[in-house]
Amino acid sequence: MRAPTVKIRVALLCAMSIPAILVAAPVAAKTLVFCSEGSPENFYPAINTTGTSFDANSQIYSRIVEFERGGTKVGPGLAERWTISKDGKEYTFFLRKGVKWHSNKSYKPTRDFNADDVIFAFERQWKESNPYFKVTSSNHTFFNDMGMPALLKSVEKVDDYTIKITINQPTAPFLANLAMEYAGVQSKEYADAMQKAGTPEKVDQEPIGTGPFSLVQYQKDAIIRYKAFAQFYGGKAPIDDLIFAITPDSSVRWAKLQKGECHVMPYPNPADLDAMRKEANTKLMEQPGLNVGYLAYNVQKKPFDDVRVRKAMNMAINKKAIIDAVYLSSGTAAKNPIPPTQWSYNNAIKDDVYDPEGARKLLAAAGYPKGFSTDMWAMPVQRPYNPNARRIAELMQADLAKVGVTVEIKSYEWGEYRKRMQNGEHQTGMLGWTGDNGDPDNFLTNLLSCDAAKPGGANVAKWCNQAFQELISKAVTLTDQAERTKLYEKAQVVFKEQAPWLPIAHAVQLTPVRKEVIDFKQSPFGRHTFYGVDIKE
Amino acid sequence: MLRFLFTRLSLIIPTFIGMTLVAFFLIRLVPGDPIEALAGERGIDAARHAALLTEYGLDKPLWTQYGLYIGRVMSGDLGRSIVTHESVLSEFLALFPATIELALCATLFSLLIGIPAGVIAAVNRNSVFDHGVMGISLTGYSMPIFWWGLLLILLFSVQLGWTPVSGRIAVTHFIEPTTGFLLIDTLLEGNKAAFWSAVSHLILPTIVLGTNPLATIARMTRSAMLEVLGEDYIRTARAKGLSRFRVVALHAFRNALIPVVTVVGLQVGVLFTGAILTETIFSWPGVGKWLIEAIHRRDYPVLQGGMLLLGVIVMSVNLLVDLTYGIINPRIRHTQ
Repeated sequence: MRAPTVKIRVALLCAMSIPAILVAAPVAAKTLVFCSEGSPENFYPAINTTGTSFDANSQIYSRIVEFERGGTKVGPGLAERWTISKDGKEYTFFLRKGVKWHSNKSYKPTRDFNADDVIFAFERQWKESNPYFKVTSSNHTFFNDMGMPALLKSVEKVDDYTIKITINQPTAPFLANLAMEYAGVQSKEYADAMQKAGTPEKVDQEPIGTGPFSLVQYQKDAIIRYKAFAQFYGGKAPIDDLIFAITPDSSVRWAKLQKGECHVMPYPNPADLDAMRKEANTKLMEQPGLNVGYLAYNVQKKPFDDVRVRKAMNMAINKKAIIDAVYLSSGTAAKNPIPPTQWSYNNAIKDDVYDPEGARKLLAAAGYPKGFSTDMWAMPVQRPYNPNARRIAELMQADLAKVGVTVEIKSYEWGEYRKRMQNGEHQTGMLGWTGDNGDPDNFLTNLLSCDAAKPGGANVAKWCNQAFQELISKAVTLTDQAERTKLYEKAQVVFKEQAPWLPIAHAVQLTPVRKEVIDFKQSPFGRHTFYGVDIKE
Repeated sequence: MLRFLFTRLSLIIPTFIGMTLVAFFLIRLVPGDPIEALAGERGIDAARHAALLTEYGLDKPLWTQYGLYIGRVMSGDLGRSIVTHESVLSEFLALFPATIELALCATLFSLLIGIPAGVIAAVNRNSVFDHGVMGISLTGYSMPIFWWGLLLILLFSVQLGWTPVSGRIAVTHFIEPTTGFLLIDTLLEGNKAAFWSAVSHLILPTIVLGTNPLATIARMTRSAMLEVLGEDYIRTARAKGLSRFRVVALHAFRNALIPVVTVVGLQVGVLFTGAILTETIFSWPGVGKWLIEAIHRRDYPVLQGGMLLLGVIVMSVNLLVDLTYGIINPRIRHTQ
């Protein structure tokens, strides 16, 4: 009677024995693997707003002007030089000659890049009559958000390698706006060929660019393979192959980096930071981010229409405790609406000192000796500028209770949250911003201008101050950076006096990379680009 | 048998309509819309918001939208994703083989271990093995997938270096999908190294996804076996002098299989649910992760289409399970 039992047990053991456990093959030399966090929406950056999409597309497309690697300075791209008319309204771009296009299975280019491609890049987003205006989507978010439809007067081809752009009023950030991802240049010849073939959407699915890497393979949620483009106008990239291994979980990305399954990873989990600093095979790159997280006071609602109340709130909240408890080592205290890495940052401004007693007195002077009740909106999601809004709200709630202010924390679904705040339904609420183009105007006009204070606008303090508005409106029309800096510094003084926000923190950008990676540079915009990066053999 | 089949098939139609209703209206009860989700912190002005709602056909009354949707579904068009602008069906077909490959391995894993473990535990009732199996299966059943997955990665991948951390295959292997099933595609290409790489990548996700069904199947097999082992015909078989193996394997096990098959059928739904988390942890490019992302982004066409397709698959598997009863136990076939 024993034998059958043994048989069953043997069968069980066999079933339990897992096949030979294998280790992943080592990554080949000169192949750089980036453990990216997700799949790009598609390969047409002009209709997307996510860093994931920009990371995937930046490798493929070039723009007429480019941000320097690791910085916000604008330099030559597909245009090797440009001139600006005295009135600041005419930009003439002189394009590079001999710039080659990538090719793929369905398309082999017959000509080099020229002015027609630049005009196509503009008109596709600008003119509804363009056959590609609605292809894939007509939602050209950044083109619209940067005010291009109102700003552009004409885009003309002077000759095959010269483009003249005329704008309606002088706008200092115009050049920087053209270095953003949405302005990536696509091939007009490819677009025409695909339209003729009846598959126009292929242009955005099987991209052809002039960038340092060409797309080889994309499998949604799995992998993006690029090959260094040998004919890139700037010279071939030091690495041969670039692979995006899509890895959504941050702890798993870290495990892969430790094991050498990838070389660079974005967005580490704050809980892993200590381990990352100790790990011998990796280094944790840190750089102040071009962002700001803040608590906005709705100045159109009582009691926040009184500047004394807003100032008292700022004095009652212990900012340092929030940074220490919530941002850990990944944030620095904010005092201005723009980050310290942004030119024109006014470092002379003194932040409101944590002083609960002083806050109480100020509240009494404003007619609230016993305090008051208010709501405080906290984002339901983690954002690059705010790792845990709910926790921050709780800390603020405790601080404010000490000066008699009773806080009720509120939250909504993320889309609903933004919509309601932009409509001004809150009394106080948290939000933030990450810079798009390295220009202070991008923060100040989007977040604090009178136009943005209208319902639905991103000025969630609903604060419209004429002195501030005049300063930023004038600054945006000037081309001299020193003059602009003076105006923006003054604007920051007005902001500090009027206190429409409690600026909370600027999150530090953290990028863990393997030690063998050479010359990876963090982008202030949070992008991950790999031209110029090398790996030790 | 045919009548049974037709009865079951006719039930599929109202279930299908119910599913389309749930898939369509449930997501619309959640606040926010796809345009808001796309806008981010930047916000969107009312005019552009309205224009985009019109472009996506989201400005029409809900019932009109539903009617149009059903019309398209009937003609086999599940629409396009609002986020990627790709066809929902093509995205599903590209991702589904990964989910199926993982789910099949997890099912196999849970059956190959769960059934023998349950049988041995029942045969050796109250033994150390029995208590061990039941204790372990209770632990397995209660194990949160996320925690379990990360624990295995830390131990087997990071500490011991035995298995790769995540993904379906080492990035050094360039495999163009033919069937979408990597185990098959690598063999079709005759690339043994890639095949073994795919196998090694399957180990941890299979264990994580298969743990919960394994625990359920082991417990169910044990209790079904215990019930059957107490039956008169088993005593008769033993009295006839049949070997213990024959009694257990041929007489008891076959009869105990019926409730087990039911549970296996129900586990298909559990596997798809578990796949959502397992796919996220192991960067597994399947439909679970795809649907979760669609919820975050309010990608209505993807959610509607994905839920519908998965629903149809779960229904089909359950129908197959019902038909399997008849094969396992002829008495059921006759009573139908």
